[in-house]
Amino acid sequence: MTKHALLKTTALALAGAGFLGLAQPAAAQDVGACLITKTDINPFFVKMKEGATAKAEELGISLSTFAGKVDGDHETQVQAVETCIASGAKGILLTASDTKAMVPVVKKARDAGVLVIALDTPLEPIDAADATFATDNFKAGELIGQWAAATLGDAAADAKIAMLDLTPSQPSVDVLRDQGFMTGFGIETGDADRIGDEDDPRIVGHDITNGNEEGGRKAMENLLQRDPDVNVVYTINEPAAAGAYEALQSFGKTEGVLVVSIDGGCPGVQNVKEGIIGATSQQYPLLMASLGIEAIAKFAETGEKPEPTPGLDFFDTGVTLVTDQPVEGVESIGTDEGLERCWG
Amino acid sequence: MSTEPILTARGLVKHYGRVVALNQADFDLYPGEILAVIGDNGAGKSTLIKAISGAIHPDEGEIRLDGEPIHFRSPLEAREAGIETVYQTLALSPALSIADNMFLGREIRKSGFMGRWFRSLDREAMERIAREKLSDLGLMTIQNISQAVETLSGGQRQGVAVARAAAFGSKVIIMDEPTAALGVKESRRVLDLIQDVRSRGMPIVLISHNMPHVFEVADRIHVHRLGRRLCVIDPKDYTMSDAVAFMTGAKEPPAEALAA
Amino acid sequence: MSEAGGAARGKQEFEDGLEKGDASVAAFESHEKTVLDRLQHFLHGNPTMVPVIVLLLSIAVFGFVAGGNFFSAFNLSLVMQQVSIIGILAAAQSLVILTAGIDLSVGASMVLVSVIMGNLAVKMGFPAPLAIGVGFVCGMLAGTLNGFLVTRVKLPPFIVTLGTWNIFFALNLWLSGAQSIRSQDIDATAPLLKWFGESIRIGGAQFTYGSILMVLIFAVLWYVLNRTAWGRHVYAVGDDKEAAELSGIRTNRTLVQVYAVAGLVCAIGAWASIGRVGSVSPQSFQEANLQSITAVVIGGISLFGGRGSIVGPLVGALIVGVFNSGLRLAGVDVLWQVFAIGWLTIIAVALDQWIRKVSA
Repeated sequence: MTKHALLKTTALALAGAGFLGLAQPAAAQDVGACLITKTDINPFFVKMKEGATAKAEELGISLSTFAGKVDGDHETQVQAVETCIASGAKGILLTASDTKAMVPVVKKARDAGVLVIALDTPLEPIDAADATFATDNFKAGELIGQWAAATLGDAAADAKIAMLDLTPSQPSVDVLRDQGFMTGFGIETGDADRIGDEDDPRIVGHDITNGNEEGGRKAMENLLQRDPDVNVVYTINEPAAAGAYEALQSFGKTEGVLVVSIDGGCPGVQNVKEGIIGATSQQYPLLMASLGIEAIAKFAETGEKPEPTPGLDFFDTGVTLVTDQPVEGVESIGTDEGLERCWG
Repeated sequence: MSTEPILTARGLVKHYGRVVALNQADFDLYPGEILAVIGDNGAGKSTLIKAISGAIHPDEGEIRLDGEPIHFRSPLEAREAGIETVYQTLALSPALSIADNMFLGREIRKSGFMGRWFRSLDREAMERIAREKLSDLGLMTIQNISQAVETLSGGQRQGVAVARAAAFGSKVIIMDEPTAALGVKESRRVLDLIQDVRSRGMPIVLISHNMPHVFEVADRIHVHRLGRRLCVIDPKDYTMSDAVAFMTGAKEPPAEALAA
Repeated sequence: MSEAGGAARGKQEFEDGLEKGDASVAAFESHEKTVLDRLQHFLHGNPTMVPVIVLLLSIAVFGFVAGGNFFSAFNLSLVMQQVSIIGILAAAQSLVILTAGIDLSVGASMVLVSVIMGNLAVKMGFPAPLAIGVGFVCGMLAGTLNGFLVTRVKLPPFIVTLGTWNIFFALNLWLSGAQSIRSQDIDATAPLLKWFGESIRIGGAQFTYGSILMVLIFAVLWYVLNRTAWGRHVYAVGDDKEAAELSGIRTNRTLVQVYAVAGLVCAIGAWASIGRVGSVSPQSFQEANLQSITAVVIGGISLFGGRGSIVGPLVGALIVGVFNSGLRLAGVDVLWQVFAIGWLTIIAVALDQWIRKVSA
């Protein structure tokens, strides 16, 4: 999924107080809940909001939604949590921009008896929240890594891989997907918390895309300049993949290059169907949010908190490989099914 | 005075809230003369000048140019009517060249296709005319007509501003404190310049606090006090201390000098 | 009328001393100057020389450090492609900055216009030329709104465009639903939108129409700013608005026109951006406003208005592109590229301040 371009510090300063987007002022109902996302710009969070809103309506929960103006707009998120505590909400669904700095205010909320569920992005430490409903980003990367290696077969040994990452600050989602891909492909990653410290010659280089088409294209151009023989392209998300494909096209190199990505948004799956992207790992933001709302409803009723998936320290909302060229040993679904479930 | 005044004002009134800046003020400027306007701070002389140069509207009263009543809504309209003002701030754009500054707001376009369709400036013509105007006033020690105004000295800038007014002013030139910011040497140069312009027959209104300068160049002196014209004196008949005394109210002006 | 002019009355006593002094009041100055003074004067007269020198130097240095990959015609033309959109925005930004303003909304208005073009042509099926035309009109309206707020409501440009940045951004989200319009869908319905992505090859170099457009826009603006009265007025308004007003320029009208033209240039950039990115991407160019300001500042246009050549920002954008490309090919981590551009910006402004201190 796209974690958004961090505007530079100046931009944040300019954004000033930022946006405190308060939507759907609640009717007077007993159980209140809050959804706080990183931004409103990202379709992933738009889906998340849709899921939460629908479920809340169904269960008769009054939902308030908040979003930072840009990814990294930590201040706005803190204010949103404080507003939620003050409003007497029973639970908060939170995708934190700054996973460490968020911890103190989350503690304040929990001390006030509010159930805090981290969606999509775990807090650091992960147990700072009551529960975490998320995609296993490492696994998402691993799946496309395995698929790419299996598709190449023996040629995987001399692959030339371009890594199109997110931002210079290497947020955890960026690291997990990048390192997951390499692990799946069979590359020694070095420090698992750092991007770019491996010394496998198959990696041509890492570049940043800001998770959008423009950045994807520029990063691909740069890596093609470094080595024109790139034949595997890992991308942090599908917009970046679409941009990378444009660059490949302009260099006349679309043949024989595997592009893999993560997200499973509807346009992304469409691109898989049309052969622009070889395979993508699909995640389910709508499910995350609706599960989160259900958990808050249950907590309000019984006081019971959600449990993590066995063997993991968070509740895995699932990730599925979508491709029309399935390979042995990696479970996947076709694009038709993928389109039905895109971000469901 | 046998000739008709070129610029007259009668009964001008201007209020700023409860402050009366002009109180039935009159004004006469005759062809070819240098008329100095003096007055203590707050006497309303700059309001008077603004009314004449189009920067403000008087609440009441009438201004006539060449006998025709005029109503300026902006300095631009006053300029179009032939009244040029050299502001104390000079109103020059420091980063633009001398030629650009002289033609600011009334540039010359090329004739023909480039001028008509691409609105191309006729730089050669502008620079040529600017050079002519400056040499007319003996300012051609300024070598490079395309040099930025900010690289000039204070006196040179004043010269450019005066040359601009002289080049385009067809009826009247108003100069607001032209020597206030200048050194002795530069002031001298500008005073000579003012007389030079006058010698071409252009009437000049000179606002100044500097009595020696006023007494040196003025043909008549309009003394402004309490929002109106107190008297008009001939500098040959009175001393500077007389003028200052009238201006400050320390002395009554003689009856024959009192404004009609 | 008395015939006794001041000249006849003669000079005043206290001025006698002048006779012995240097009589050349208005003469052009010629006392001793240090090399640094000369340099300062030269740069004052030729403000574009600094960025040009920096550009040539950086190409040479990176050609040496990063080797043939960098110094190829193909890579240098690629740099041009990569900076083309920021370059076009920098052209719009320059106009506004020349009037001592700033436009934080350039990037947002560009993305908004591209979304409008995409929605009309691809989603709603209008003919592409109409969609593009409507986009241009919207761009001009966006600029006019900025200009109106700056001149009529008399708000500082920084605040106005900070506001419209947010407004355009929100409209962009609303119209696009934060979803990109895919390249393949544009190809199928309105390929004209991607026209600026086409390219011509000259030797090893590949010039997209977008990068040629960028150069053309700068050429046109150079002509307008230097060879038309309007251009001179833009400089005069930025230099000293009051003086310009007193010189008979309708300064507010000029300002509104500047913002409107900037909006139009952004709209042209929007069309070009669809060609560059391949898709209509509501998420791209989030930092474009700041990048455009960076290019303008590195290009030597003064943030205080009225000074600098429009050619500078083109060179400024290229410098940023060359730095990014060179550092990347030399294998330098992204964060050091950001670091380098930061210093470049500060040095550029410091240099501008120094050059402005020039005196006669």
